[in-house]
Amino acid sequence: MSTPAVIFIVGFLAATLRVATPLIYGTLGELFCERAGILNLGIEGTMFLGAFVGFAVGYHSGSLWLGVAIAAVAGMVSGLLMSLLAVRFGVNQHVAGLGITMLWTGVSLFSFRLIFGESKVQPSVDPFPQISLFGDTPIIGTIFTQYLLTYIGILLVPLVWWIINRTRFGLQIRAVGENPEAADAAGLNVYAIRTYALMIGGALMAVGGAFLSLASVGAFTFGIVAGRGWVCIALIIFANWRAISVLWGALIFGGVQALQLRLQTLGLKLPYELFLSLPYLVTILALSIAGRNAAAPSALLKPYRRE
Amino acid sequence: MSKFRIERAPAPMWVRPLIPFIAIPVTFLLTSALVLAAGANPLEAYYHFLISPLSNSYSAIEVLVKSTPLLLTGAAVAFAFNAGYWNIGAEGQLYAGAIMATFIGITLNNVSPFVGIPAMIVGGFVAGMLWALVPALLKVKLNIDEVVTTLLLNSVVLFVTSFLLNGAWRDPISMWPQSPEIDPGTVFIKLIPRTRLHLGFLLALVVIVIEWFVLTRTSFGLKMRAIGYSREGARFAGIKVNRTMLTVALVSGGIAGLAGAGEVAGIHFHLIDALSDGLGYSGIVIATLGGLNPFGVGLAALFVGLIDTGAQSVSRALGVPVYLGDVVQSTLLLVTLSLFLLNNYRIRKVEA
Repeated sequence: MSTPAVIFIVGFLAATLRVATPLIYGTLGELFCERAGILNLGIEGTMFLGAFVGFAVGYHSGSLWLGVAIAAVAGMVSGLLMSLLAVRFGVNQHVAGLGITMLWTGVSLFSFRLIFGESKVQPSVDPFPQISLFGDTPIIGTIFTQYLLTYIGILLVPLVWWIINRTRFGLQIRAVGENPEAADAAGLNVYAIRTYALMIGGALMAVGGAFLSLASVGAFTFGIVAGRGWVCIALIIFANWRAISVLWGALIFGGVQALQLRLQTLGLKLPYELFLSLPYLVTILALSIAGRNAAAPSALLKPYRRE
Repeated sequence: MSKFRIERAPAPMWVRPLIPFIAIPVTFLLTSALVLAAGANPLEAYYHFLISPLSNSYSAIEVLVKSTPLLLTGAAVAFAFNAGYWNIGAEGQLYAGAIMATFIGITLNNVSPFVGIPAMIVGGFVAGMLWALVPALLKVKLNIDEVVTTLLLNSVVLFVTSFLLNGAWRDPISMWPQSPEIDPGTVFIKLIPRTRLHLGFLLALVVIVIEWFVLTRTSFGLKMRAIGYSREGARFAGIKVNRTMLTVALVSGGIAGLAGAGEVAGIHFHLIDALSDGLGYSGIVIATLGGLNPFGVGLAALFVGLIDTGAQSVSRALGVPVYLGDVVQSTLLLVTLSLFLLNNYRIRKVEA
């Protein structure tokens, strides 16, 4: 193969991992919520909040990792709010989730203006460094020069699989997501388990957002999340609610976007907007083929009330 | 001596309409933390929010202008929700209506308003229906969750919009990503000269009244509400659930499409990327605040229009970031949603 082709493909693969990272965090977060029976449409806003909080803390403290940590805490607060509405009060999950997305979007924009004013110069931080796993080895060395958060994200996939499928806590999450009445009868605290799942989920979503502001961009822009949360909602269906499939789904989605970006830099006149809408259309197509998404947790969207 | 006891039972009928009015002060209490953080006096801020937009006729009319698309997206969402069809796609359907209206507006040339305006209205409605068609068909034919499909199509329509604006419709003169201006014959007439209030407002009010009539005075409305209450029950009662749901979904999309046509034909006169910026999602807020009742939706849309206008006046007068309006709107939604639970409780006096 000619060298330019190799450079193109290597660059494409490296970009795919980068683009897939926030999707991996977001989708794993949503996985916790949905396996526990809660559709969390607050994901888009929680990622936005994570991007803002991560950036604001990182900017002012000088520690990007502190930014990531506080973003995770903010994500937990978001999960707690969703739990209050959808678990405690048992209100309509679609409306509650969208309300949370609108709330965090508004709160983040408001706070950003308050903290950083309306300066013409976009405040920015030196983003996380990329870490090379294989040094100067050709091809593999380039592909695996990534942010630490990307490596952590990839490792989280088997970890989340293990937690959900092999631990007691995971069993409890699945129990309250499939049959809360039976779980309650077996002595589980349905409210508490759903709340924990939402908080863990919120933290993961927010870290996905913080990755965008602290690693890929190094700044907080108003369009930073740009529907990635909705992509995660699609991915979870695509992955049939299974942790391992989340990785493949995120890589495919990331790949489509990375390819589009690469082709654009090559100066090819492509209707890139149509490229960008492909993942959404493919998901709808996948849904139609898979038909009655049988793998969805049985108690998804159903509030549980203790009588 | 008598005591009070709270028990789980449907609250009296008069509680439900009161809930949004309790929610408003609670929301202002909660959001005053942000006003204080911005170094402003909450009372002063809420004066600018609620009173100063109504203090002169220009800004009062501006409230109606802001409410116009909200009346329509709110009515669209409420119509679907009444039948238990969770249309989250009003945002996308609005853009579909706007794209079609733009297409009609830039294609027609020197057309009479008697042809141009009806064409815009019909075009917007039909495009909204078409954008709602795929999720609706998937729902009734394959039982695929409409929330996810309508939500995903919202993102797709934004890509279609920017595809058109960066390609075929890019303004050839300014090269901005905006379409050429629509033909004067397709512009909605002004209801009050020298203001931005246009025909769309009247159209929205007509839609609200028709929706109220359909919901409460026709057998179709009865069927819709039966399905919303219990799909299985309705099916058991012999109602054609799928056919009704399909119609509801399409009409809901059509109404949202009207909102998009109105923004193009009455406000912007060309298509832009940021045409809506969440009007469809606000429709969900408004439908919820209005308790899914068309007249409630009307009041809620006017109130949200007031908040939108007020946020700008707070920002101008006190330097509080304009995004306070978004925070107030979403907090109001979440508070109202929670307070609706009061419906399930009743306070009873017990003699000791």
